Amino acid sequence: MKNITESMMRIVFLAAACVSIIAVLLICIFLFANGVPAMLEIGVGDFLFGSVWRPLSDIYGIFPMIVGSIYVTAGAVLLGVPIGILCAVFLVHFCPARLYRVLKPMVELLAGIPSIVYGFFGLVVLVPLMQQLTGSSGKGLLTASILLAIMILPTVIGVAESAIRAVPESYYEGALALGATHERSVFFTVVPAARSGIMAGVVLGVGRAVGETMAVVMIAGNQPVIPESLLSGVRTLTANIVLEMGYAADLHREALIATAVVLFVFILIINLTFSLLKRRGY
Amino acid sequence: MAAVQSARIKKRIHPLSLFLRALVIAAAVMTIGVLLFLIAYILIRGIPNLKPELFAWQYSTENVSMLPALINTVIMTVLTLLFAIPVGVAAAIYLVEYAKRGNRLVSAVRLTTETLAGIPSIVYGLFGFLFFFMKLDWGYSMLGGSLTLAIMILPLIMRTTEEALLAVPDAYREGSFGLGAGRLRTVFSIILPSAMPGILAGVILGIGRIVGETAALIYPAGTAAVVPSSLMESGRTLAVHMYALTSEGLYMEESYATAVVLLLLVVGLNALSAFAARRLTRRRG
Repeated sequence: MKNITESMMRIVFLAAACVSIIAVLLICIFLFANGVPAMLEIGVGDFLFGSVWRPLSDIYGIFPMIVGSIYVTAGAVLLGVPIGILCAVFLVHFCPARLYRVLKPMVELLAGIPSIVYGFFGLVVLVPLMQQLTGSSGKGLLTASILLAIMILPTVIGVAESAIRAVPESYYEGALALGATHERSVFFTVVPAARSGIMAGVVLGVGRAVGETMAVVMIAGNQPVIPESLLSGVRTLTANIVLEMGYAADLHREALIATAVVLFVFILIINLTFSLLKRRGY
Repeated sequence: MAAVQSARIKKRIHPLSLFLRALVIAAAVMTIGVLLFLIAYILIRGIPNLKPELFAWQYSTENVSMLPALINTVIMTVLTLLFAIPVGVAAAIYLVEYAKRGNRLVSAVRLTTETLAGIPSIVYGLFGFLFFFMKLDWGYSMLGGSLTLAIMILPLIMRTTEEALLAVPDAYREGSFGLGAGRLRTVFSIILPSAMPGILAGVILGIGRIVGETAALIYPAGTAAVVPSSLMESGRTLAVHMYALTSEGLYMEESYATAVVLLLLVVGLNALSAFAARRLTRRRG
């Protein structure tokens, strides 16, 4: 009797563990089954590299959105990653223990703030600020990049911090013993030793930035054209889906699902890079 | 002589070192500064807009009450946890207590869990729409929304539970087995109770994700501003409510008020989670 319960529960636990496999399979099947036919109907080349998105005339080219996602992400990485890495260095090697107990939860809180609140903050603070500074509409590539840079900070800080912490103490001590100052030891021995872990953090941050939706929609302007300057409006892949899915039908809807397929493939590549980097050491 | 020299070396200023130190401090100050500014700005501008009318039972275009959305958020959270906790905890138990090392299934589970953790919420939303709304023909439904969210927070629950289970010393297991308890009994009466604070910390973080989620909910659960009479009907949570208000652009004051409530909820949940996690480490140390 007892053995039956034991083995039954074992099967229950096993089944629960398989749920995540089933979920990933289901997501893949449903996205690809609904998106790929549309991509073929439009023509893969026309869909991926067409620079005109005009659903009313059945023209579906998502190249502006692909470029938009890449630009916005690149901007966020350029602004956010240096600050994130420096902040991680501060937390590990420059921060008194008592201050750390206050700062660490605050960084975690930064990760917990909902993206809709970030978007709102961008809308009421960053957009008017950009308007005043540049005289443009305020919504655009640069604004979105700045907000996304803030949003990826906790991700970059978290992963980079644990990578820097994982470097053996002897690296630091060795540098000190050779006469380097505290700062030099940290920056020229410890941080380089942690670089693949830090890169993993950057890649994870890239994933966050590419996938962010609600905050970007509110402040990016959302024009489906390739942006000409830092101040012009931009539409990302995620924004394209959330903006039009509500009223889209037929081929238009399927083209949006195909947009999600492209986004999904991007994310899969980013995830794969992340796990490869993470496996490589510190 | 030597002492004088070493004192001089100590005093010598290294411009590069000074610069690097200034850099890391500036980065930390900026990060924390942005956080504090964001919180202070939302609170200062938002609290005056928190009027009692905003908590009226009925939502109307004159009074965009957030109470229905608040109630929906609670329903959505409870429902999502009902699905996600049993599955997530059971899966973690399998991975930590049952599976053998190097099992191929285990690596498949880990790979897929990592994948799930990286999928953007809009893709979850779209999947929820395609599967629950279209394929199962549920229409906009709270149930579809909560199932979508359950998949989304599953990796979080699994990972935190796994960590909590791994933190339970092996001596507990050995002691339990030594007294003649079976594996199942050991898991339920020895390991789970000692891992509880860690699991709880993960669950609370999960609640934070649910409360703040917008993109994954708009399409499976819709945006109806009422408390639905059944789980098969549409209902907006607080975050979706806030998106609806700001995108309509007519209700900025109410948006501020909603932002305050959302922010306070999330800050509170984070503090609670940190508290639970600290209890875990204290017991261990």
